[in-house]
Parts: sequence; C-alpha cells; structure tokens
Amino acid sequence: MSDLAIRAENIGKRYLLGQNAGAYQTFRDTFQNWLRDPLKKTAEVGEDEAVWALKDVSFEVRQGEVLGIIGRNGAGKSTLLKVLSRVTEPTEGYAEIHGRVGSLLEVGTGFHPELTGRENIYLNGAILGMKRSEIDAKFDEIVDFSEVERFIDTPVKRYSSGMYLRLAFAVAAHLEPEILVVDEVLAVGDAEFQRKCLGKMNDVAQEGRTVLFVSHNMSAIQRLTEETLVIDKGRLLMRAPTAQAVDHYLSQGLSQQGERAWEEEELPKTTAPFFPRAIRVCNGNHEVVDSVRSTDPFTIEVEYDLEQDITGLRVGIYLISTRGEYILTSFDTDAPDRFDTFSVRPAGHYVSRCVIPADYLNEGRFLIGLNASSFRVKRYFHDEQALTFNVDAVGAPGMHWPEPRLGPVRPRLDWEIERE
Amino acid sequence: METKSIVKNEMPVTILRPATGWGALNFRDLWLYRELIYFLTWRDLKVRYKQTLLGASWAILKPFLTMVVFSIFFGDLANVPSDGMPYPIFSFAALVPWELFSNAISVAGRSLVQNRHMITKIYFPRVILPLSAVLAGVVDFLIAFVILIGMLFYYRIPLTIYALTIPLFLLLALITSIGIGLWLSALNVQYRDIGYVTPFLTQFWLFITPIAYGASMVPEKWQFLYSLNPMTGVVEGFRWALLGTSQGAPGTQLAISFGVAILLLLTGFLYFRRMERTFADMV
Repeated sequence: MSDLAIRAENIGKRYLLGQNAGAYQTFRDTFQNWLRDPLKKTAEVGEDEAVWALKDVSFEVRQGEVLGIIGRNGAGKSTLLKVLSRVTEPTEGYAEIHGRVGSLLEVGTGFHPELTGRENIYLNGAILGMKRSEIDAKFDEIVDFSEVERFIDTPVKRYSSGMYLRLAFAVAAHLEPEILVVDEVLAVGDAEFQRKCLGKMNDVAQEGRTVLFVSHNMSAIQRLTEETLVIDKGRLLMRAPTAQAVDHYLSQGLSQQGERAWEEEELPKTTAPFFPRAIRVCNGNHEVVDSVRSTDPFTIEVEYDLEQDITGLRVGIYLISTRGEYILTSFDTDAPDRFDTFSVRPAGHYVSRCVIPADYLNEGRFLIGLNASSFRVKRYFHDEQALTFNVDAVGAPGMHWPEPRLGPVRPRLDWEIERE
Repeated sequence: METKSIVKNEMPVTILRPATGWGALNFRDLWLYRELIYFLTWRDLKVRYKQTLLGASWAILKPFLTMVVFSIFFGDLANVPSDGMPYPIFSFAALVPWELFSNAISVAGRSLVQNRHMITKIYFPRVILPLSAVLAGVVDFLIAFVILIGMLFYYRIPLTIYALTIPLFLLLALITSIGIGLWLSALNVQYRDIGYVTPFLTQFWLFITPIAYGASMVPEKWQFLYSLNPMTGVVEGFRWALLGTSQGAPGTQLAISFGVAILLLLTGFLYFRRMERTFADMV
C-alpha cells in the first residue's frame, strides 16, 4: 500500500441534460422550473434528464506506473481526468491521490495574448502550481526547450501557432509533480512538436513519476505505457497490458464509424445522373472501421447509382494528409483494361472498391476525397473531405524506436548492409 | 468537494469524494496557492494598462471627472451642503474609495465567468479569481489617492494625525468589496442575470451612500439603517480622516459598518465554497 499513487473506487460523474445541462440559468428559468414543480429538489432527477459520464470506475495506480487510457470520443476519458485533477467533483465514489498532480488537460491554460512570452511563462507556471522560485530556476531550460528565445519579450499574440504551442508545452513539460495527467496534448502540433512532446513524456516516465496518458494515438500509447485502461460509455471495460488493450479496442470496432453516406437531398442537382451513396473504409474482415493498421491491407469502397448510361465515367479517390497535402489520386479505370471494359457504364447500382496494400501508409489521420468525372467532359461529383480515417503503425517497420516518422508513407523497404 | 490533505511521507494525500452540505473552508489550499494570487493580480494590472493610450491615468480620470460633474450639478446648481468643505474635495474624498469598491465588485463579479477556460481545465482555489480582481483595484486606488492628497494641498486643508487611520477605512472597503465580490461571482456562474444586475446595483448603491451629499443630511430616524451600509462608514471615515468633518468619527456607526462588512465576507465565502464544486460544470 505504501507505494500507491492513485486509488479510485466506484467513481461516478453525472451530468444533467436539457435546459439544466450544466448550462447557467437565468432567474426566469429557475422561477419557471419552480412553477412547474415546486416540491422538486435538485437532487431528484429523472433517468431521462441525466447522463452518467462515468460510472463505477475503480482502479489503482502504483507509483512510477505509466498508465494509458483509451476509448471512443465521449467515452468519459477526459471526465475521468477532470475528476482526478480536481477540476470537477465526482457525483459518487471515492478517490485517493498521493502526491501533487500536474494536469495537462490543455496546453497554454491561462496564457494571455497581451503578455510577453516571459510573462506568460511565469503566469502559466504559477497556474500549473509551480512556485516562483521553481520557475526562476527552470526559466532558461524552458526557453531553451521552446526555441523561442528571440521572441521571449514579444507579446504572445504575435507568435505563430507553432511557437505558441512550443512555449506552452515547454512550461508544462517542466512541471515536476509526482503524478502527471496528460490529455491528448499530442493531438495538436506538427510532427516535430509531437516528437519533442513524446520525448519529454518518455523522460518523465523514466524519472519514475506516475503518468496517466489519454490519447487516440495508439502508437504513442504503445510506446509510453505499460498498461492501459479501456473506457467505453463511462465504464471501465478492461485493464490490460497495453498491446492487449489496444488490440481489443481496435479490433472490437470500438472506434467510430468509417463511413460517409449521402442523402439524396444533400446532393447538388449537377451530379445527375451520377449519385454517390456512400464511401467507406473496410478492414480485412469486411468490417467498416475508422482505424486501420498499417501492417494490414484495407479497402476503400465507393457505392453509387447511375440513373442513365454514362460514357467515359471514372470514379476515384484522393488520399490527403491532414495538412492538406495530396498523397495519391487513383481512379477505378486507371488500368487500361478496366478503361476499355467500362468505357460505357450502364445504369445501375455499383460498388467500386480498391485495396490499399499493407506497409504502405504511415501512422496518422488521413482524408479521403471522392471524384466522379468524365475527362474533359463533365465533373459529376467532387468532395475532397468525404471521409477521414486513422492509420496505426502498430508493428510497422522501425517500431522499435519510439519516435514518429516523417512522411505520409511508411513502406517496408528492403535494405542491404554491406561491410567493405 | 471535500478534500482532506494529510501529509504522509512528505507527500500530500488528497481525498476526493462528493461533498455534502457546506464545504469546509480549506484555507490550506489557499496558502499553498498564495503566489497565484500575486500572479493573477499582476496579470490583471499588466493587461489593463498595456495598449491603453492613457494607461494609469484612467485610474484618476474616472473619480476626477465624476467629481467635476457632481460639483457642477450637486455642488453649484443644486447647492447640496458639504459640511463646510468646498464641494469638490468633499465629494472627491468619497469618490476615491467608492471607485475602489464599485470597480472591485464589477470585475470580481465577472471574474469566474471570464476565466472559464482556466476553471474548466485546471485546479486552483477558485476564490483566488475574485480576490485578485479586488486586489488589482488597490493599485488604482493608490494612484487616485495621491491625487486626493494633491487636492488637499490645493485647497489648503492641513493633514492631521487622523489621516493615519486611512488604512482602517481602506480595510473596511476591501472587506466589503471582497464579500460582495464573492457573492456576485458565485451567483453569476449560475444566474447570468447578475451580469445585468451589477451595473444597476452599483448605481443604486452610489446614491444611497453619502457621496454626493453628506450623511448629516440624513434624518435621525434613518441613521441606523443608513449605517448598515458599510460604504457609508468608509466614505464618511475618509472624510473625517482627511478633512476633519465630524460625521465619520469612529463610533457606533463605524462598528456597525464593520460588523455588516464582516458578515458579508463570511456569508459570501461560505456561499462561494458551497457553490465551488459546481463551477467547472456550469460556467
């Protein structure tokens, strides 16, 4: 028991829905509510009026453990962190925390645009719980880490978003609490920034501090954590060694929809006679997923209807990185023999499907764009942000080094090493 | 929330569980986070004066211009008696502490809602927000006070030993400001009407406090009710300390004012602590 860091027992958090949904009231609202039911006390809330963001969550964390927390959006991960960080109070349950908690629920909390970088370091540090003497001692290190030394005395509103993030993270990274709680801070920033963040978090973990890490980035979770909690709909689904937990999460399709469907009404009239119905990402088992492994091939499927015969139609996809760079364009009639066979497509219901090979894409989030056109004749449909999906590089080449790789592709190349 | 901090093996242990009833007054946390009070006050001040052309002079202009308007309309035209003193200094001596109070409660009232991005992301004793809002006003007060002393020289009113009691009246003003500030800020999180009510409240309060006129104008039978307003004690006290008017001399009236102020502070603090657990969810 002596090396316990956190113990949570049956933590539950309830939020009210509807008009009372944590939203403020006006006197008029309170008065109206009172008129409706004068005897009702706030504690008596019906089932329909409340949602349990967390229910019966119990777990223990030993000192020095690095614990991951994964789950769908809305599963309750951030709520759990908020409860453990004392930002919000649990509706029921009990938790014991041994040591100071440093929370990184967001980077740059309290930053004020009018103040300079220097001033914001002190302000942000103080808000995060550092003493002034601590900030003084670490000031140079922080500035160094953030790489904004030249601009340290310029108001932060003049900073680029990258500089802002680096500075904000630099302050937070130099917190030295016994327990560090991090909520998806890695979701923002470029690859360089993410590399630095991960590196720093790794250092923190090596120093023997307890870390709770929430992320959607499965590879980061794999790199940093030993065990992981899987949260679903407010409940603790499982606690397992990270590889197992991640596997369960990905394969059970706990991630969200990997499909985008179009209703007839939302299509512009100009697409006729081509009518896209849906575009989806499927894994090897023909399940619609929004997260795939880079080590497995997966398919992208486009479902559509032709109300008339169309000549020279090609249906294809763009693959785009979240930074807006085009990775590839590919049409279903790219291959010469397909082009010949399908030079005229009769009216009917179609599915065009392509396979993205294994060991092709790097980890990250990608966009799929859809295009249906007749070369130099007419463009029937074009949507560059039809669908997004995630690629997880679990098992990809080079995974034995904990660092993000640059570039949208990550092929398994054949390297020869010769000693001459 | 109920949080007990026991220091075990040099590491603080925090217990989290749903609190019932009235929250404990947790002064320990407040002490731990004392530096944050300084930093947030400093932030409010810095931000307020950066990018403003006139900078610190705003602290002087507001009471000064109010005094000018009062002097013309109440002093000259309406001929309100001013206890034998020239009207301008009579009203200015009251306006300076009044500005402290009215600004403090407006800013404090908004402080929680305005800082929602901090409240929803990180833990610190929330009471620091209205507290630092009030403390930032003290700096403005000091600047205006210098001008007030300047005006005393202008009107050739000598400073007596009684001027040393100013800190006492300042303290009374601060206690009242913090008390009302705590009430308003906590109420504002749940009822946004408060944002609309506050300007009206300060206007109303301005007129029921003897600023534009002297307390001597108030008939005997209302005197007790009158002294329930702690700002009456502050304002008349300032006049007594600096101008020598008899009205504000320390006595029962002052004692009542202090009593009311402390009551406001305690109840404000209790209400605040009680509602604090809901702030992050409701703001």
